[in-house]
Amino acid sequence: MYRKNDNGQAMDPAEVTPCGAARPSSEPVLEMSFEVGHYDFAAAGEAASKIKQVLRKLGMAPDVVRRAAVAAYEAEMNLVIHSVGGSILLHVDTEKVTLVSCDEGPGMPDISLAMKEGYSTAPDEIREMGFGAGMGLPNMKRCSDSFSIESEVGRGTTVTASIRIA
Amino acid sequence: MKLADIRDLLGAEVLVGEDKLSTVEIDMACGSDLISDVLAFCHDNTLLCTGLVTAQIVRTAEIAGLSTIIFVRGKRPEESVIEMGRAAGIPMLATDLPLFETCGLLFRAGVGGIRLCADGSSRSGEI
Repeated sequence: MYRKNDNGQAMDPAEVTPCGAARPSSEPVLEMSFEVGHYDFAAAGEAASKIKQVLRKLGMAPDVVRRAAVAAYEAEMNLVIHSVGGSILLHVDTEKVTLVSCDEGPGMPDISLAMKEGYSTAPDEIREMGFGAGMGLPNMKRCSDSFSIESEVGRGTTVTASIRIA
Repeated sequence: MKLADIRDLLGAEVLVGEDKLSTVEIDMACGSDLISDVLAFCHDNTLLCTGLVTAQIVRTAEIAGLSTIIFVRGKRPEESVIEMGRAAGIPMLATDLPLFETCGLLFRAGVGGIRLCADGSSRSGEI
């Protein structure tokens, strides 16, 4: 078992993910956690890039690596743009790659609207950077074999996406 | 289609990847100024035509496994962004042509498009 955070420090196996979401219950082959800061565009994408490298090193099929990397990148950009900051947990077991993205707010008032392709609350300055297509969550779902969102205004959002290892 | 032929077709300047002009082969492309669209529509070894010149477009190319980026409308990324492309091993070209014309010339020359598939995979479009 290999378990560490992005700073390479050992993680307590019993703890929840860094922002409080429930950790997947299966025994991990590998687990890593990445902190993502609000509006930290300089570092945005680094977690997804690292996740892609790690999965490739594990010898995963290229399609699994790509889908996980895209889902992780969309999750990361959502945290950067829309949250007050949060974290992404990468949890790999013998059957699947699971990504748990969670934040501490602001939370989404209407999940079904957020899942609608083309719907975005991103401000103009974000759209000018090429984001805000309203495809982030739908893209994550499209890349995943199972996908769920829990959100509460004032508390935060947890998005869980799993990709089966072929 | 070789990258060198694409450079000639578009009258493009090569910013990164002089050494790959005769080795990189392009048969699929997409054009977009929206990052999530690129992630949804493109798949491995696709050429991207875009007006975005931010660091995030290079990151997107890296995540999506894109083959090459062509910057359109005479836009040039900053040196730091070019350096990112160089580090990631992604060839980058720049043309003064607008997006539509760039895509049109490539399509007419036999480069296919990518479609979005419901299951998340992409397939090459037929001409």
